[in-house]
Amino acid sequence: MMKPYEIVETPIEIQKYADYVLHAGAGAVTVFTGNVREWTHGIRTLYLAYEAYIPMAEKKLAQIGAEMEDKWPGVKVAIVHRIGELHISDIAVLIAVSSSHRKAAYEANEYAIERIKEIVPIWKKEIWENGEEWIGAQKKYPEGNGSE
Amino acid sequence: MITVNYFARLRELTGKSEETIESDSMTVQKLLDWAEDTYPGFGKSTVHVAVNEEYALKEDIIQSGDVCAFIPPVSGG
Repeated sequence: MMKPYEIVETPIEIQKYADYVLHAGAGAVTVFTGNVREWTHGIRTLYLAYEAYIPMAEKKLAQIGAEMEDKWPGVKVAIVHRIGELHISDIAVLIAVSSSHRKAAYEANEYAIERIKEIVPIWKKEIWENGEEWIGAQKKYPEGNGSE
Repeated sequence: MITVNYFARLRELTGKSEETIESDSMTVQKLLDWAEDTYPGFGKSTVHVAVNEEYALKEDIIQSGDVCAFIPPVSGG
């Protein structure tokens, strides 16, 4: 049995979460995936390293789900975030929301990603060819002369 | 005894992911002050503290047996 709010260390299977939120009363399912992007502000990312305070992060994901059910009654939600080393195009986060009509599924889904970025104890480190940085932390720029 | 956890930048700064502090009780503010004194560059003004997996206020009291975590700015998603 899958957990609807979880931190995982293995690749995220989209269908599993879309299936979880689907039910007979659902007329809409939105699935958002956040993926590892190669270029950010002209700097090339080699890979990302995510870490989490796992038990608290899962609690906070569940809290976000409860907030969504409160704001958009009837939505069914699953949120999963992957940690560890992630490479270009890997899915870092997935949010699946079902609702009877599409508006709630769209709105609630966007709400979830904004809240994740505010309150869930997960951290991302960008690793470049010539440096690395914990995002959200004090800026530390790569040293040396990049070839780009 | 209070347990504290470090993550991300703070784990790298302190060189540890967990340690225990010999204390029966202290405020969250006191814990932040202790961290800043012990680990130069800790940056307590940007760090939140979770007590038993819930965000705490600076005036909240931490008791012996509590598990705390220093939460630097999060960057999930």
